[in-house]
Amino acid sequence: MANSIEKRKQTLPEKLQQGTGAATDWMQGSQFWTSVFRPGSIFRKGYTDSPRNRSYVIMNSVLYHLHPVKVKRHAVKVSYTLCLGGLSFFLFILLTITGIFLMFFYRPTAAAAWSDIESLHTQVSFGLLVRNMHRWAAHLMVISVFLHMARVFYHGAYKAPREFNWIIGVVLLKLTLLLSFTGYLLPWDQLSLWAVTVGTNMMGFTPVFGDQVRFVLLGGKQIGAETLLRWYVLHVLMLPFVLVIFLAIHFWRVRKDGGISGPL
Amino acid sequence: MTEIPAHLLKRSQAAKSAADGGAGAPAAVSVSDDDGQTIPRSLLEQSQQSGASAPAASGGVATMAPPLMAGPSGNTHRLLTVVKSGSIQDVKASPGDKVHVWPHLLAAEFTAALFITAFTLVFSLFINAPLLELANHNATPNPSKAPWYFLGLQELLTMFDPMIAGVTIPGVVLVLLGFAPYIDRNPSNRPEDRKFAISIQTIHLMFWAVLVIIGSFFRGQGFNFTYPWDTGLHGIFHL
Repeated sequence: MANSIEKRKQTLPEKLQQGTGAATDWMQGSQFWTSVFRPGSIFRKGYTDSPRNRSYVIMNSVLYHLHPVKVKRHAVKVSYTLCLGGLSFFLFILLTITGIFLMFFYRPTAAAAWSDIESLHTQVSFGLLVRNMHRWAAHLMVISVFLHMARVFYHGAYKAPREFNWIIGVVLLKLTLLLSFTGYLLPWDQLSLWAVTVGTNMMGFTPVFGDQVRFVLLGGKQIGAETLLRWYVLHVLMLPFVLVIFLAIHFWRVRKDGGISGPL
Repeated sequence: MTEIPAHLLKRSQAAKSAADGGAGAPAAVSVSDDDGQTIPRSLLEQSQQSGASAPAASGGVATMAPPLMAGPSGNTHRLLTVVKSGSIQDVKASPGDKVHVWPHLLAAEFTAALFITAFTLVFSLFINAPLLELANHNATPNPSKAPWYFLGLQELLTMFDPMIAGVTIPGVVLVLLGFAPYIDRNPSNRPEDRKFAISIQTIHLMFWAVLVIIGSFFRGQGFNFTYPWDTGLHGIFHL
């Protein structure tokens, strides 16, 4: 009797809470759920903040296991790295995502490129916003890669055993500049045409093979429709492909060379 | 082949003779190691027994006697008397001051990713990327500038011959930068030991920063020197 009175007193939010709790238990206990979330996942039933689970979180995740399970205490201080290498990588991811969006609306031909960008501004939902993000993230990435290099130098982190990773880093800096530079031409407006003209003229000063390199890159004596297609392919496919390979080596070597350097 | 040090040889022989002589009363004999710690005979016996029973349990060679060289007179235990326990078990003398990546590092990285995304989003909401008129080969804008990160080079070109400004200086800089770890032989990474390297790098970075700033903001019509507050940024600088 008393029991039934108590049941009647239960309010609707309480009932809902009880219901969702039961549903969560049922879902987390299902075979599907336990097959998706590996031991140590914070979504798994009975996750507790134990050293063992903290290790499993890293080991059992395809993304996180780029990291070791543990790092030196000073390495997690933001004041030590300023997270500049990480920020460069996040910006690269952001640029990839926004870049894929832009590719849906852009044709790399002299006749269509500029008007595609213009209609992206006026006719595509969020088109202008995504293009802005792509452009500003690109400038930010150049800055963050540059600052990352300066940070690594000032910490003496290029010294043994990290000499080779420094060289990979210098290659990544050049690739970042090339990615930014090839993207600069794609809007096909006065700014991009003449900035790239000035830039590639400087390239032509290289002795012996300067003119040949310039000819191959431009697809002719001066910037034209062929240049646009070449730089588009370089920008969206070839340079990112090469960059990802060097990134993989860069990250792998950070671990193989004993984690980040320091403390000073 | 390296020679076995005399003190180790002595210890190994002592252990062997102890094992041979003490076969009748195993519990009484013990082997002493370098630190003066003693390994009770019974423990050695126990480990030997469990070693012998393991294959039996797996069903392979149930009736086999202890392996020829693993018993009290074999190599294994004599080896154990030679090798200090700490050198096997404690590979890293001190594990160092370490923290778990989850949550300490991942939380910081997630915050940084969130911050940079939010910053880019908000910045993009208010400031639009430039889009000038359609490219026209017959209308050269004045001034014509390279992207900002190449303006240092363009600035150098106003001062030197292209062979020096466009090839020699950037070439030498890139080679020196790439080979910095092999040029800088100083093993220390403490700032007070690296005054020369830090000074050179600071001058180098400032050199480019100043050139990029001059090229971006102080070059107007015909790439002539101007003040941005005289001409305004419009027309002389685009991102």
